Amino acid sequence: MSESDDSMSEIDAQEQNHSNGVGGGIPDYIMNLDNIPAKLPTHLELHKTRVICNIDAPQHTDPINYSGAYAALGVDNSVRLDNFCQNFKVEVKRFTDEDIEFDMIGIDPAIANAFRRILIAEVPTMAIERVYIANNTSLIQDEVLAHRLGLIPINADPKLFEYPDNAGGENNEKNTIVFKLHVHCVKGQPRITVKSDALKWLPNGSELIADDTKPNAESKPKTFTSFRDNHDSKKKFAKNPPAPKNLDIILAKLGPGQEIELEAHAVKGIGKTHAKWSPVATAWYRMLPEVVLMEDVVDEMAEELVSKCPAKVFDIEDIGEGRRRARVVNARACTLCRECIREKESEDGADKKEKESEDGADKAIVIKKKEWEDLISLRRVKDHFIFTIESTGAISPDVLFTEAVKILEDKCERVITELS
Amino acid sequence: MEHGSYTDLSKSTFSLMDEDHTFANSVRFTLNQDPRVTFCGYSIPHPSENRVNVRVQTTACEVLKDGCQDLMLMCQHVRSTFEKAVNDFKTSKTGDHMDIV
Repeated sequence: MSESDDSMSEIDAQEQNHSNGVGGGIPDYIMNLDNIPAKLPTHLELHKTRVICNIDAPQHTDPINYSGAYAALGVDNSVRLDNFCQNFKVEVKRFTDEDIEFDMIGIDPAIANAFRRILIAEVPTMAIERVYIANNTSLIQDEVLAHRLGLIPINADPKLFEYPDNAGGENNEKNTIVFKLHVHCVKGQPRITVKSDALKWLPNGSELIADDTKPNAESKPKTFTSFRDNHDSKKKFAKNPPAPKNLDIILAKLGPGQEIELEAHAVKGIGKTHAKWSPVATAWYRMLPEVVLMEDVVDEMAEELVSKCPAKVFDIEDIGEGRRRARVVNARACTLCRECIREKESEDGADKKEKESEDGADKAIVIKKKEWEDLISLRRVKDHFIFTIESTGAISPDVLFTEAVKILEDKCERVITELS
Repeated sequence: MEHGSYTDLSKSTFSLMDEDHTFANSVRFTLNQDPRVTFCGYSIPHPSENRVNVRVQTTACEVLKDGCQDLMLMCQHVRSTFEKAVNDFKTSKTGDHMDIV
């Protein structure tokens, strides 16, 4: 379709030229040419779709996505939405409860990076924010203990909760999860290690009494949260009560006679505010590596190549008559350490000196050994991303990615509504 | 959100609050793909301030809305493709398990 557009526009230009009577219109033989080829010449296609990783620095790293980039050649570089939808593929390579590795093919680094940034900083989770310490006679300071409590991943679905500022200052069961920790090491007992399994969930809200000016004769004293006795909330947590995801995180160590009594309130937040709310241990992507042997690498060179690569990218294959050839077996495992194209300086120097002393008067022609750089081309495919998401465990990694995409959609919608 | 001028719609700078590279780079990418756009770029005036300036110059029309809508459709497509791929992976894995049993 784009080809006909281009040729149509040129024909229009032709007609204009003729009608304007501008001197020297385009000769007839060009007019009679077939449609302008919509494909780039091979070397430009290579520059557009691959990052070439040389020994000193990578080349052609920029994704050329301006629609008129190749206008001088008459090639349309714009990618329409339907082209994107047709060419986009996702392949899941590994999927466990805690991490996922999948390939996204046909997407641009701008969007892949947007997903990565949203995964790290803008997907909400629950984490302990306020810690009310009633008694702490341990060696761990209050603030250090509170900091450690905040970093514990909490196994609670943030979609069931609201952000705390939306409630207008009220801490109710819709935006707060309350945990209690009460450990006492009795004199005579050995030392206790306080682990995260000591945090107990309080479904009825806070039990610590807030300081009121005068104690009223009410049935319930005022606490730090105003939970209403809600049977619905108890039902949805019946199967999966909120608790720390990992029960063996060491919080503190108590000696005999020391005690910790505190209440921790967990709220919903995003990683931008504080890293404790980040739902991923980390999320990263890399472009698919491509290793191409420009020439045949045989016999001893093949053996050398296979032994050089620490990621076992190459392998030997027999080509008959006792000769062996190197073959790229696992390009995906390549970490681009560039060991295979590195020349060891000292070895070359030693070789050169030997040759000079040998040849001396002979002036024999010294054949320069072919550089490894010319034999192997290390590249990266610009639109093929290997995404890895490691979740802290609160939310499953596939749900995390779906949430991240939804958040980007919400951002677009917000801008669209502002514009209209 | 601030426009350049209300009469000439072919060039304007949009100043977005509470946005950063995440959204701005994606929208810049979709706008660059649009053949009506002659120039598109974004800048962040100061990193401490949560503001992004998106500059768009077109062949005489408003493009930012279309760019955002394109981005939304792309995201929806990414989401559906991803969910399908995950489901396929899950069913293929359980299939393997059943074969072993």
